[in-house]
Formats: sequence, C-alpha cells, structure tokens
Amino acid sequence: MSSIDTAAFRPDTSIAPDGYAPLLPLRVRGLQLGFDGAMVLNGLDLDLGPHGCTAIMGANGAGKSLLLKCLHGLISPDAGQIDWSGQSPTQATRRQAMVFQKPVLLRRSVAANLDFVLKARGKSRHGRDALLDHVGLLHKARHPARRLSGGEAQRLALARALATDPDILFLDEATASLDPAATQAIETLVRDACARGIRVICVTHDAGQAKRIADDIVFLHGGRVSEHTPAKTFFPEPQTQAARDYLNGRIVL
Amino acid sequence: MQNIGEAFSLALALVASGDADLFEIVGLSLQVSLSATVLACLIGLPIGALVAISKFPGRGALLVLMNALMGLPPVVVGLMVYLNFSRSGPLGFLGLLYTPTAMIVAQTILIAPIVAALSRQVLEDLHAEYAEHFRSLCLSRMQTVSALLWDARYSLLTVALAGFGRAVAEVGAVIIVGGNIDHLTRVMTTAIALETSKGDLALALALGLVLLTIALGVNAAVQSLRMSARRQAYV
Amino acid sequence: MTFTRTLGASLTALAFATAAFADDSSIIVQSTTSTANSGLYDYLLPLFQDKSGIQVNVVAVGTGQAIKNAQNCDGDVLLVHAKPAEEKFVAAGFGTDRTDLMYNDFVIVGPEADPAGVGGMHDVQGALTKIADAEALFASRGDDSGTNKKEIALWADTGIDPAAGSGEWYRETGSGMGATLNAGIGMGAYVMTDRATWISFKNKQDYKIQVEGDDDLFNQYGVTPVNPAKCPAVNVDGAKAFSDWLLSDEGQSAIAAYKVSDQQLFFPNAPKN
Repeated sequence: MSSIDTAAFRPDTSIAPDGYAPLLPLRVRGLQLGFDGAMVLNGLDLDLGPHGCTAIMGANGAGKSLLLKCLHGLISPDAGQIDWSGQSPTQATRRQAMVFQKPVLLRRSVAANLDFVLKARGKSRHGRDALLDHVGLLHKARHPARRLSGGEAQRLALARALATDPDILFLDEATASLDPAATQAIETLVRDACARGIRVICVTHDAGQAKRIADDIVFLHGGRVSEHTPAKTFFPEPQTQAARDYLNGRIVL
Repeated sequence: MQNIGEAFSLALALVASGDADLFEIVGLSLQVSLSATVLACLIGLPIGALVAISKFPGRGALLVLMNALMGLPPVVVGLMVYLNFSRSGPLGFLGLLYTPTAMIVAQTILIAPIVAALSRQVLEDLHAEYAEHFRSLCLSRMQTVSALLWDARYSLLTVALAGFGRAVAEVGAVIIVGGNIDHLTRVMTTAIALETSKGDLALALALGLVLLTIALGVNAAVQSLRMSARRQAYV
Repeated sequence: MTFTRTLGASLTALAFATAAFADDSSIIVQSTTSTANSGLYDYLLPLFQDKSGIQVNVVAVGTGQAIKNAQNCDGDVLLVHAKPAEEKFVAAGFGTDRTDLMYNDFVIVGPEADPAGVGGMHDVQGALTKIADAEALFASRGDDSGTNKKEIALWADTGIDPAAGSGEWYRETGSGMGATLNAGIGMGAYVMTDRATWISFKNKQDYKIQVEGDDDLFNQYGVTPVNPAKCPAVNVDGAKAFSDWLLSDEGQSAIAAYKVSDQQLFFPNAPKN
C-alpha cells in the first residue's frame, strides 16, 4: 500500500454546505434506548475530545453498536441528548462515515462503488484512483465488488467511508470477521486516517486491536459508561469489576 | 391426436417457407408486447421502488391492491380501454381504437401492476440490505430509488420478463381494442383464436408453437444475461 | 434526465403510430364472423382495394357485438345478418340505409350417430322438436349474434322454451360460431350454423349436415353505411364507395364467384337499380 496524497480527497472547504464548525467535543447526556421494555442504554453519559481514536468495548448486548448508531444519527434514542458541539446527530451524519461489520457493497465494480459515494456527495472522481491505491485495490478497480475477499471488501468499505471526507469515522466491529493479515491492513489504514486528523470511534471485541489503535477506551456496562480511561491504563489497571471480568474472559451479566 | 404432429410439421413449414403473413404477425406481436413492457416498466418500476422504500399509513392496503391488480382479467382491461378509445368515448377523438397503439395501451395497463408489485418485492428485499448504508450516506429519496433500480437491474429484468410473458400471451384485451384486423392489428394470439374458430386446429397449434418458440428465445436471452451477471455477483 | 427522455420518445412513437392510421384512405367494417371466417373478405377485399385504393379493415365479431360497436361509432360500414336488428339500427339513426346484399342458409349439423334421428329432415320445426323431445344435446351460440337471434326465433315457432333445458341438454356457449362448433363437436351436440362457416370449417370430425332446405333457414346479409349525422368521424365517402361496390354488378358477381371446395357460399341478391 502506498502512502497517499491526502490533498486528493481532503475537502474543498469552499463548497462545504454546512461550513466547518467542529463537531467535537461530543457531549452525551442521559441517553436512553430500549426495545420491548428492556432498556439497553439507560442514562448513558459520555464526553469525547477532539482528537484520537476511541474504542468502545463491552460484553455482547451492552449496547455498543446501538450507541454508535445513535451517535451517527441512524437511530433516534428514546431520551437524552447527543450534542456534536451544537449539531444534532442527524445534522452531523453528513460529516461522518461508518464502516459496518459486514460491508454492504453495491452490485457494481470496485471503482463504481466509490464513484457512487463521490457522486452522492457531489464530489469529483478526481481522487478515486489515489484512494483505491491507498487501500491497495487499484489493480481491482474493474472487478465486481461482491467478488472481493472479506479483507478486500472491508478495505473497499473503508475507502468508501474515507471518500466522503468524514470528520468522524465510525467502525462497528469492522474486523470481526477478518483474518489477522486483513485485520492488520485495516488497522494500518485506520491509524493513518487518525493521524490525518479524522476522529475515529470504533466498537471492538478485540482487546489486542484496542491496544494497538485506541488512545482511550469507553467500557459499557449496565447501559452506561462504567469506565472511560486512557488505553494505557485500561488494560493494565481496569477500574471496575465488570471490566476486569470482561478482560479475563468471564461472562459479565 | 393427429393434430399435434400435424401442427409441428406445419409450424416448421411456415417458418421455413418464410411466410410473409406469419412474420408480419410475429413482428406486430413483438412490437406491441415489447412496447407495452417498456412502458409498463417506466410506470411500474418507479411506483414499485417508491412503495418499497416508503412507510406510510395504508401501505398494507396498497400492497394488497397492487397484488390484486396483478390478476386483472385481460377482457376487463380491454373493455375499459375500448370504452375510452371508442369514437363515442372520452378519448375517441384520438382515433386510437383498432390500432396497435390501443393494443399497447391495453397491455401496458394489464402488466404495469405486475411490474410494480413484483419490483416492489425485489426492491424491498434489496433495500433492507442497503438501507443502513444509504442512511449513513444521507441519500435523498431519488438517489435511493435510482441506486436500488440500478443494483436490482438483473432481477428487474426477470420482472419485466414476467410482464412481457403475460402481455404476449394474452388475447382478451388485444382482440377487443385491436379488432384482429388482418395486416393491421392481427397478432399471434388473435390469429390463434381466429384459426381455432375456423376449426383449423393444426394451424392454430402451429402458431402456438411459433409463439412458444419466441417466448423461449426471449427467456433464453434474459437467462444468459443473468448468468453472466451472476458470475460477477451482480444478481 | 434519461428517464424523461425515454418516456418522451416512447410517447412520440405512439403518436406517430396513431397518425399513420387516422386518414381517409381506410374504412372499418363491423362485420359478422361468417363472412370473415369463410374467407370471403380475403377474396373480395383485394379486388375492391385495387380498384378504389381504399384500405378495408374488418373487425369480425358477432352480429350483436358488431351493431353495438357501430352504435359507438367504431365503424364506417355494418355488414351483418339480422334484418330486424339492422332495421332498428337504421331507424335509430345510426345507419343511413340498409340494403340486402346476399344470402345463404342455415343448417343444423350433428354427429354421424344422430341421437335425435333428425338426419335428412327438411322441416326445421319438426327437427328442433325431435331434438328437444329426445333431450339430445344442442349447442347454442347464446351470444345475441345473428345466428343466435335466428335460432331463438325458430325455437319460438316450435313453442318450445329450450332455456328450460339450459345447462342440461341445451348448452349456451356464449361464443362465436367457430368456438361453438368446436364445443358442440367436442360434446356431441347438434349445432345450427350458417352454411358458409360450415363448408369452410376444418374441424368437422364425424359431423355432417343433418337438417337443411327449409325456407325458414334462409339467411339474409345486409350492408349499412354508418350515419355521419350520428357519428361525425365516419369516413362517409369510403363507406359509400365500399357499399356501392358490393351492391354493383361487379361486386355481386365477385360474391357469386367465391367458392370453397367447389361450393358457392354466398348468393348475391342486391336489388337491381
């Protein structure tokens, strides 16, 4: 994978419709979301600063993905506030991008998948090939996207997310079904994005991955943030019993 | 049944001899039914797509209605079009009755609900797969519809084929609004009906075999398109 | 947008398809089926078209349907075989004038086995009575066509109400002559048909003419141009040219000259001027 000419797909701020008031810091207060009477998120508070990569961790069913979708404006919470420095989640959606665990690729060529996003965002195709090169897929530009391997597909999904020039990049267990090499490729790209100033918020079960890419860890338990500490301290010294149990592989209820 | 063997040899002889009347009738059948299929797609696909991606009160009732309209009897459609296009009807001034145009209109009305209802099902399934990604991209309704239509193109081809099959095989509507006029509005099905009424069952059956062969050809062409698409995982 | 352009192109194409049709050089004849199914038009129309340059488009339906279509102004000439109904059509102002054109006759066909024993009879009332008494199957058009009207009138003369046996021995197909013959032959029923349709009918199987030759079986065809006073869109000149030609010596001898299996199907009887 080559290094990238970031200018090729950085925003042309002169035509940005929303202006570029920063979305961060993020302030979440009293977030509630439930299904059929069972509360998944129950009065969740969260503050995120303007830089770096945050990993959201927690047991299955802790509401990590739901939290991510609420932050991205895909789901409306039952109660509570999400404040992207003055903008609501739905206002902020346009300046964010999300990579899902299972990449949803259009039934088109690899290049056409990127073209679709670029066109939807009113951007020129100018930076497309640089972006494909960046994720190591330039030689597959004409291939059918749905014939890519799992790792390639996820790299394309990531390229597609980057093509929107997001301020925030959400990753929802983006490497959960990938082998170690493919996982490493994605992590490299994510670290690179982070280094270029894109704020990364990811959900992961992979403690190793969190250690490698995250600056801070948000640990969800009981519908709330039970712990929000720098990654450096979270793994050696988890502050809560739930986090200790989780890291030790015990079932946390 | 000596008629069937006779029909086969007659069908072969008709085709082999390059019978001009036969080719005229086949040509008009294809022209009318393909035009109706194109028009029905232009009408039915956007409706199917909009219903597929929309939630609104009464949607369930609309789906029932759309599915019910798939069963429109051709004769009823023919009569509706006849009453409108008759010189004494509201659209009589157009002078469309007993023209191929009237037949196209009737078949379009007949199959547009089929295209709408079947494409709605196809596109709703596809939308379920794409919806979250599209919302993440903040796509407009128009962008969503056009992306779904394009990505489902090979499945929609099968939908169009279902419509074409119904159109090219129906006799009830075209015989009323077309009048089965020789060299003007006679198509395969009305010719078959005519030969049956003349008691020439072998010729009627032979025409039926030709129609079947055409249907096979069209289906085979679409099938091979779909197979090549499947290899690229575009289906 | 491509979509809109495609739609526009399609509609334009439709408009052109229409324009090609709505001109003065063609007429529509609302006709009974027997004249079409027997091949008479295939013989007559090229002769007329070569002479006049007028394209004749025939819509062949039952007489009842043909009259209704003509009342909706969907034809320029009416050519059917139900004199009372045709006269009513003219009296109501839909036709200019009705003229006898030609005749043939009706026959009753039945299976070889002849279950009612009517073979060789020349008395249609007697034959129908025997059929009804034997409750032998009888397939009726039941479609308000000229043949159907005639058949109902013949039953009325016998004093029998066949509708009492409807669905049992009296089977109303609600279809054209050919379809009724196919159905009747399929179920072994007697069928009343015009001779022209029968002679040119190709699915006779073991059927033959059982009853014929009664004056009551006379079948008169008439021609009626549609009245422009009721139907302004009518092609008056074309309609007049066609009906005049049919009634002329040339048209009449052409009708007489048309034969199937060496048999003359229609006998011209237009009034001499």
